[in-house]
Amino acid sequence: MSIATNNIAFNVEDIRKDFPILNREVNGYPLVYLDNAATSQTPKQVMDAIVDYYSNYNANIHRGVHSLSQEATDKYEGARIKIQQHFNAEKAHEIIFTSGTTHGINLVASGFASILKKGDEILVSALEHHSNIVPWQMLCEKTGAILKVIPMNEQGELIYESFEELLSENTKVVFLNHVSNALGTINPIKKIIDKAHEKGAAVLIDGAQAAPHIKADVQALDVDFYVVSAHKMCGPTGVGVLYGKEEWLNKLPPYQGGGEMIATVSFEKTTYAELPHKFEAGTPNICGGIAFGAAIDYMNAIGFEAIAHYEEELLDYATLKLQEIEGMELYGTSREKTAVISFNIEGLHPYDIGTLVDKMGIAVRTGHHCAQPIMDFYKIPGTVRASFSFYNTKEEIDRFIDAVKKAKSMLS
Amino acid sequence: MSKTIQEIQEEIVDEFAMFEDWMQRYEYMIELGKALPLIDEKYKIDENLIKGCQSKVWVHAELEDEKLVFTADSDAIITKGIVAILIRAFSNHHPSAIIEADTKFIDDIGLKEHLSPTRANGLVSMIKQLKMYAVAYQTQLN
Repeated sequence: MSIATNNIAFNVEDIRKDFPILNREVNGYPLVYLDNAATSQTPKQVMDAIVDYYSNYNANIHRGVHSLSQEATDKYEGARIKIQQHFNAEKAHEIIFTSGTTHGINLVASGFASILKKGDEILVSALEHHSNIVPWQMLCEKTGAILKVIPMNEQGELIYESFEELLSENTKVVFLNHVSNALGTINPIKKIIDKAHEKGAAVLIDGAQAAPHIKADVQALDVDFYVVSAHKMCGPTGVGVLYGKEEWLNKLPPYQGGGEMIATVSFEKTTYAELPHKFEAGTPNICGGIAFGAAIDYMNAIGFEAIAHYEEELLDYATLKLQEIEGMELYGTSREKTAVISFNIEGLHPYDIGTLVDKMGIAVRTGHHCAQPIMDFYKIPGTVRASFSFYNTKEEIDRFIDAVKKAKSMLS
Repeated sequence: MSKTIQEIQEEIVDEFAMFEDWMQRYEYMIELGKALPLIDEKYKIDENLIKGCQSKVWVHAELEDEKLVFTADSDAIITKGIVAILIRAFSNHHPSAIIEADTKFIDDIGLKEHLSPTRANGLVSMIKQLKMYAVAYQTQLN
């Protein structure tokens, strides 16, 4: 299958050759991996970067006087620049390496502890992942700030008018995801950022689910903070970045104390290092950062436009096929969504469906997807979630549909 | 004379060994789940929920003629099948026999490896819960 795009021909068969794991069998069947929203698979180009690092220039960075350390530092800082360019940040030091999205959110939330006062308000969307709710609840407990929730509608879209009503001079922070992990809804973040700025509120966007599908331009968005994880976009686990506007990053206090983040230390006073080091205490995930850079190169070589185009085709195909199954209930039917389908079949538990399709080699996610408030909204214990990536095929979707039908007949 | 827990466990292991693959075993578990003696609705309360399961599992225990009788339910049918297997093995025995019973038959069936990690945790929680009931009723009998 190949589709023409503006840049290059997109050939899924060639792309699949980059992913060794797609050749394996699970429970006697060829693997069909449809849990991409949980973690994406890793192409050999990224694995090569990891092996190259440990084979050729593994060393601690920034402080070393020797050549290996210099090489490792160059590659690590080179990765930072790749990521800066990818998200179109104005300055490289606005990119802070983290252990992932959750770390990035906690870093920002804990920084606001010294800024917020009692009675200040934080707006959060009803579509959030737990990791995006808990740090802010903790912050509210600490500061006396108030957490308010922007509600969603039946389609799984945020109700913009409610956001406007909730927004006030008291609002100091607005945070929401760019794309919902449970439903795939793409939120109108540009509109929300602009409106929040009118009231002087800072906006943090969780880009974890958007990053594999949408190339965010942080300057065009004028977003204050944007966080992502590498492992959702073909990179390794345990690494991600926080983008923050320079003025904001200067305003926030350091998150953790340690080596790397200091300029001078005495027992009387420590002065903190410049950005980005102020937020990068201790030896970072050097290899992970470099591999993240390789993952960004890999995805850009395919092209985000081509990826989005192809994934939309997969989404439409799978949605149509699923809807043919009797009793099918789809959740999150926003017109703006990424290649994620959350569903249930009437009378059946999502866990049972997930268990049985796994026995047929199909990997999907079941449960509440760390988004219990969304499940409460629909009054369901959870859903089956199939999430597609650019290396999936229509043939795989056919196998997935057949497996769901078989599971249904066994369970009914 | 009624069968011992050990004998029932061996029976279950033999039944599972007859199937050719895990799809068939799951089919069997679904059947067992559907046939499970259901818990009285009034016992489907939060206090009877077993922690550590992704799906909901309620278990109730009652002493009848010095024998502990379990009833249960779950909102997921495969989970119900698993509970049914455990109940078949452990229900209707003296609490002391339940406390002493080993659970190696779960490994012999191969059930654990074929469950997701959350379900395997749930299985361990279920067994623990049944044994806790037995301990509680044993003290009553003493």
